[in-house]
Amino acid sequence: MADQRRQLTGYRRPNGAVGIRNKVVVIPVDDLSNAVCEAVAKTIPDALALPHHFGRLQFGEDLELTFRTLIGTGANPNVAAAVVVGIEPNWTARVVEGIAASGKPVEGFSIEGNGDLRTHERVARRVAQFVQDAGELHREPVERGEIMMSIKCGESDTTSGLGSCPTTAEVVDRWVDAGGTVLFGETSEMTGGEHLIAERCVDDEVRKKFQALFDNYLDRIEREGANLLGSQPTQGNIAGGLSTIEEKAMGNIAKTGSRPVVDALGPAYAPTRSGLNFMDTSSAAAECVTLMAAAGAAIHLFPTGQGNIIGHPIEPVVKLTANPNTADTMSEHMDLDCSGLLRREYTLSQSGDLLMEVVERTINGRRTCAEALGHREFVITKLYPSA
Amino acid sequence: MATERAPSFLVHNEGDSVAVATRDLTPGEVEGGYLVGPESVVVELREPVPLGHKFALTDIAEGEEVIEYKVRVAVASKPIKAGDYVHVHNVRSIRWQTSVAS
Repeated sequence: MADQRRQLTGYRRPNGAVGIRNKVVVIPVDDLSNAVCEAVAKTIPDALALPHHFGRLQFGEDLELTFRTLIGTGANPNVAAAVVVGIEPNWTARVVEGIAASGKPVEGFSIEGNGDLRTHERVARRVAQFVQDAGELHREPVERGEIMMSIKCGESDTTSGLGSCPTTAEVVDRWVDAGGTVLFGETSEMTGGEHLIAERCVDDEVRKKFQALFDNYLDRIEREGANLLGSQPTQGNIAGGLSTIEEKAMGNIAKTGSRPVVDALGPAYAPTRSGLNFMDTSSAAAECVTLMAAAGAAIHLFPTGQGNIIGHPIEPVVKLTANPNTADTMSEHMDLDCSGLLRREYTLSQSGDLLMEVVERTINGRRTCAEALGHREFVITKLYPSA
Repeated sequence: MATERAPSFLVHNEGDSVAVATRDLTPGEVEGGYLVGPESVVVELREPVPLGHKFALTDIAEGEEVIEYKVRVAVASKPIKAGDYVHVHNVRSIRWQTSVAS
């Protein structure tokens, strides 16, 4: 009776990936192209612009990460079609080619030699056609295991470790058992519990990859002569009762469930193995969710304690809290109040059932709180200054 | 009926040295339980502890590790008595011991 099955529906894309939304996006390659992309989204209201701050004079791994993020976002199965706009044609073509590999409709435009206004008209005509075509794509029955999930918590407090994170873990384990893929990250928030993740890696090769990503992060912090006190835990975490990064890490890890870690990925790399995957990400909410969406995740679970309010333009973010004060004062942001766990009103497994119901309804079309409130945080991770 | 069983605090695992308040608590006798372990235990609280904050279940000497989730999550920067409020004023990170949280 626990875990009753509901028929799930989604959009099956040309490459077989399954999405739960049907967006037409207008992606700027660089900061200079934000204005025309946003103008087009006003002209064609069903289109969605994804403005961001970077894309000029980046180089090396930092540039590759920006390309991976833009391409991955356009290729995400929640996107029906994409238009890419850049100041010049070369990098624009690179992003277009990357998205085109997913098989979905995509076209690029560049502004040099045309100006914003001519570009606006050309882009708007193409986007209008894509919006009309997207309306003819229909939902079809899909399986749980076909929908890639991601998880990340924020503004955590001790209720996260007691309630919202273990509730998330219930769904994560069930998702993995159904053959699904789940991404978790937040490298800095493994600190003190990293050995527990290392122990769960499926083999030595994955364990080495995970350990290298974690050690690299720690080296970077310590090379700066810095430590994370003052930012990890955050002031919000401390106000919520968390005292140390190690304590916060245990709450974070609690949401990953109990299944093996099948791979350890660099940021915004699409997973190739089904199951629970670690991804090296910042613990900042918008950066982390943006990287996970770029890796193909279609639905995100976000446990919070003190009340993080993040959303994402194309990956719906489902928020849950076990903090009764947050559930009360920030109810418009919380898709699930699981504070009853702290009062022993139901078991952890029952709390997992409640979250699973919200997840399934969200897959089938229910708008999350963050979607309803218009939260569209899209933040590219920058590895170092541009040239 | 559920509220009759509502605990004032929860402890993650047996052997943990701290508990988490599940409502705002005032000094005196409080009843709570373990997520994994005994459902009902009584503790004499020495200080007020807000919802989500921790108190000690045992005496913890200065320099001794604080256990929660069955792992070491902090080290005591001052001597702590059973029933004391436990937070950044009397514990610190193990990884970055020389610094003090602001």
